[in-house]
Amino acid sequence: MLRFVLRRCILVLPSLFGLLLVTFLLIRVVPSDPAMALAGDAATPEQIERLRQQYGLDRPIWEQFAVYVGKVATLDLGESAFSRRPVAVDIAQRLPATLALTFCALAISVFVGVPLGVIAGLTHNAWPDYLLRVFSVLGIAVAAFWFAIMLQLLFSMELGWLPLRGELSPTMQRPPRVTGFMVVDALIAGRFDVFTDALRHLVLPAVTLSLGGLATIVRFTRAGVLDTLQQDFVFYERAMGYRRRRLVWIYVLRNSVTATVTQIGLLFGGLIAGGVVVEAIFDWPGIGSYTVQAILTGDRQVMLAVTLLVGTVYAVVNILIDLVHGLLDPRLMERA
Amino acid sequence: MIHILRKLSRDLPAMLGLGIVLFVLVLAILGPLLAPYPEDAAASHLTRRLRPPSAAYPFGTDNLGRDIFSRVILGARGALSIALTVVSTAMLIGVPLGLIAGYRGGWVSEGIMRVTDVVLAIPQLVLALALAQLMSPSLESAMLALSLTYWPFFTRIVYAETRRLSASLFVDALRGIGAGTSRIVFLHILPNALSPVIVRATIGLGFTILVAAVLGFLGMGATPPAPDWGLAIAESRTYLPRAWWYATFPGLAILITVMGFNLLGDGLRDIVDPRIRRSR
Repeated sequence: MLRFVLRRCILVLPSLFGLLLVTFLLIRVVPSDPAMALAGDAATPEQIERLRQQYGLDRPIWEQFAVYVGKVATLDLGESAFSRRPVAVDIAQRLPATLALTFCALAISVFVGVPLGVIAGLTHNAWPDYLLRVFSVLGIAVAAFWFAIMLQLLFSMELGWLPLRGELSPTMQRPPRVTGFMVVDALIAGRFDVFTDALRHLVLPAVTLSLGGLATIVRFTRAGVLDTLQQDFVFYERAMGYRRRRLVWIYVLRNSVTATVTQIGLLFGGLIAGGVVVEAIFDWPGIGSYTVQAILTGDRQVMLAVTLLVGTVYAVVNILIDLVHGLLDPRLMERA
Repeated sequence: MIHILRKLSRDLPAMLGLGIVLFVLVLAILGPLLAPYPEDAAASHLTRRLRPPSAAYPFGTDNLGRDIFSRVILGARGALSIALTVVSTAMLIGVPLGLIAGYRGGWVSEGIMRVTDVVLAIPQLVLALALAQLMSPSLESAMLALSLTYWPFFTRIVYAETRRLSASLFVDALRGIGAGTSRIVFLHILPNALSPVIVRATIGLGFTILVAAVLGFLGMGATPPAPDWGLAIAESRTYLPRAWWYATFPGLAILITVMGFNLLGDGLRDIVDPRIRRSR
C-alpha cells in the first residue's frame, strides 16, 4: 500500500518538473525581452536595465531556471502587479472559497450522478434511460457561463429565490476568519443566520459547476452498469436468490464504477477550468475570479502561479484517483 | 464510406448530430444570404434597441438595435472557422508527433510522450488563457493557444495506434520487401490509424466551439462588433433581466451546435470501435 503510493508520487515528479519548465519558458522566453515587458511602455532604458539586474535577467538561462525552481519550492511566487501583494498570500486567502465550491460541485456530481447512472443502466431502453441520456448529452454540450446566466435570470432575477452573486449578503457581518471556509467559520462563530446565508449563496454556483461532471458521471456509470449486468457473477448471484437491492447497489455498483472513478479524476481539470468562468459570473472570491482579474489586467505573475497551482493540484488528484482504484480493485496494487 | 453511412443511418442520435452539423455548415457558408438583416453584422440601429422577440425580429434585438436572429446565423461562420482552424492545426502538430513516437521508440518517443503528458496535465482552458494572455489578446492568439493545448490528444491516440500497427504482420511484410520508413509510416500506418483520429477531431470541433465561446465571453477571443456567440452573451449581461432574449438565443446556438458534433462523434466512435458502445 505505502509502496504503491510512493511509487505513484515518484512517477509524478517528471510531470511536475516539466510543468515548472513550461511556466518558466512562458515567462522568460515568450516575451522577447521580459524586462521590457515588466517595465511597461513608458520606461526609460535605465529603468529597464535596473529591472534586468533586479530580476537576474542578465544571468545565464539555466541559472535563472535554478533560481526560479528554488523560489517556487519556497512558495515565493512573486508579487501581483495588481494587488501589490505576494501572489502566495493572495492565493492562500482565496483558496478556501474555491475549495468549498469545487467540493460541493464534485459532491453533487458524484452523489446525484452515480445513482442516476445506475437507474439509467437498470431501465435500459425504457423512458428513464432515454430521459437521462438526453440530459447527459445536453449537460456535456452546454456552455457553463451561459447556463450560469440562465440560472441567475430564473432563480435570482425573476423568482428571487436565491442570491445573485458573492459569497455572503452585503448586509451580513463576516464571521471571524478561522478556517477561511465561510460555512465552517459561521458555525464556529455560532451564527446560524450567516451559515444559511452562505449556503444559499453556494447553491447556484455549485449547481452550475457540477453540471458537466454530473452528465459525464451519469454516462459512464450507466455504461459500467450495463457491462457488469452481463457478467456471469451477476447471473449466478441472481440464481442464488440475492435480494435485488443488495445485488445492484453493492455487487454491481462496485464493479461498475472503475471507469467512473477515472472520469472523476479527469473531471477535476474541467472543474478547475469551469471554476474560472463560474466564479467570474457569480463574483465568487476564489482562485477563478483571481485568474480572470489577472487576465484582464495582464498580471503575468499571477497567471503563471495559477497555472502552476492547477497543474500541481491535478497531479495530486490523479495520485488520489489511482489510490481509490487500488482500494476498489486490489489486484491493481499487486501489479504495481 | 458508404458502409459507414449505412451503419450511421441506423443510429438515430448520430443522424440527428449529422443533421445539425450539416445545418450549421450551411449557415456558415450561406449565412449572409440567409440572414434577414445581413448588414447587422456591423451596423447599429439605435431606434430599435432591445426589442423583445416578434415576427420582424424572431430573437429580438440587442443593445445596438441589431437583429439577434441574423447575428446568431452570421455567428456560425466564425464559430466553425475557429473550430476547424484549431482542430486542423492541432492535428498537424499532434499526428506526426504521434507517428514518430510510436514508430521510432527509444528516447525520441520517451521525450515526445513526456511533453505530451505535461501539456495534458494542465487543464486546457487554463493553459490556453495563460498562453493567449502572453501573446497579447486577439482572436489569432486565442486560436493559436487552443491549438497548442489540443495537439496532445491526437499524439496520444496516434501513438497508441502506431505502436499497435507497427507490431502487426503487414508492417513486418512491408519491411521484408524493403519498404522505406516514410513509406510504411505515411502510406500504410497513417491510413489505418486515421479513424480514431477522425472521431477525436469531430468531438474536438464541438469542444473547441465551447472553449472558444468561453474565451470570447472573457474578452480574449473575438472582438466587437463581430457576431460571436460568446461575445454576445458577455455583452448581454448588462441588460439582464430586462432583455432575457439577448443572452438566451446565442447560448442555445452554442448548445445545439456542440451537441450536434458530440452526437455525430459518438455515433462514429460506435462504428469505429464497437467495443465501447454507448447503447446496446
